[in-house]
Amino acid sequence: MGYTLNFNLIWRHFEKLWGGLLLSLELAVISIAIGIVIGLLLAVWYVSAGRLVRTAIAAYVEFIRNVPLILLVYLVFYGLPTVVDIAYSAQTSFIATLSLYSGAYLVEVFRSGLEAVPRGQLDAGKAIGLTPWQRLLHVRLPTMLRITLPALSNTFLSLFKDTSVASVISVPELTYGAQWINFNTFRIVEVYLVVTAMYLLTGYALLYALRLVERRFRAAH
Amino acid sequence: MLGQIAYALPFLAQGFAVTVWVSLLVVVLSLIAGVMMGVGLVYGPAPLRWAVRIFSDTIRGIPILVLIFFVYYGLPAVGIHLESFWAAVLALTLFKTAQVIEYLRGAVGSIPKGQSEAAMAIGLTFRQRLAYVIFPQAFRRFLPPWINGVTDAVKGSALVSLLGITDLMHAINQVIGRTYEAMPLYILGAVIYFVVNYALSLASRRLERRFSFIRE
Repeated sequence: MGYTLNFNLIWRHFEKLWGGLLLSLELAVISIAIGIVIGLLLAVWYVSAGRLVRTAIAAYVEFIRNVPLILLVYLVFYGLPTVVDIAYSAQTSFIATLSLYSGAYLVEVFRSGLEAVPRGQLDAGKAIGLTPWQRLLHVRLPTMLRITLPALSNTFLSLFKDTSVASVISVPELTYGAQWINFNTFRIVEVYLVVTAMYLLTGYALLYALRLVERRFRAAH
Repeated sequence: MLGQIAYALPFLAQGFAVTVWVSLLVVVLSLIAGVMMGVGLVYGPAPLRWAVRIFSDTIRGIPILVLIFFVYYGLPAVGIHLESFWAAVLALTLFKTAQVIEYLRGAVGSIPKGQSEAAMAIGLTFRQRLAYVIFPQAFRRFLPPWINGVTDAVKGSALVSLLGITDLMHAINQVIGRTYEAMPLYILGAVIYFVVNYALSLASRRLERRFSFIRE
């Protein structure tokens, strides 16, 4: 043993961690925003579509859910540019990957949410003369969102943790910052203690905030 | 291209064997540790309950990657030297143990209190109550999510490639380093992971349906 904790070097390089944390949050927020769009569109399409479309959407969902995120990150960043002629930064590449990844999880969330909307509400909408489009927009989606809000918060929290995988393609988020300090200062135990605390505090603060939002929505209806 | 990939297949198969071996070790070790700690969480005295709760919430609150680096780089710093393979297994086991704890808590919690009380009334000891009354019923609730969670161990095992362990993920990257056939190899890798994990999740769904006769 005989290891003496010394946090001085960590504080000296703290901007790597703080900047990394902000970038992690940014990656998670942008990815879930795009993921929500993908998830909503595909879920609405799924519940009204024929067999072929359903199979295609299910294939996308199952593929993403059953392959390690790190492989998807490599595939999009190192693999895709070898077959299509596009150039993008590591950060863009990671956001694209995490968006597709969260989209797949959210299709499932929204699909079960849409199916959980009580039949009576839709019939009531029909009875007061709403068009199918109005029924979707004003009846089905709002109720579905309220049902799925807790699952949505959980997805966001796990995405926030998943941003750590961006470090493998050198996106300077929190885990990358931790590795930088690990390799440059060798204050290994200290840096991972601090980073663990940062992930935990941020994660639980987000959880608390999201639960407050959920409660507000439940009270409003 | 196909020739190169065919040439690399035995190497990829070796990598796949490491992936299976890591996943298997993690699944077995975390099952043992998780069930013991889960029982501690549900039935233990307050200090033990708090300790398990803090353990589980901490592990589940940080990325697996951070946990892997913490164990791999941190242990030697405090004088504990583990081969990288075992450091990886330890880190993934810690992560998976936290999951098992929560599955167990959920499964045991779903058994009505009356079952326990009835068992107590006929004079069963604590161990008998667990072995003959609680666990046989909780098992059916535990098994489907647990099997589904095995996919997390398989997917998580791909992260050990970052420690230089030649699992499937690392083997793929090494073959790409030699052949520059990035896309076909990543797709091949994705298909292999997919087949394994999809089979596991199908098994989980089938079991869930089979056990669905149980009353709430």
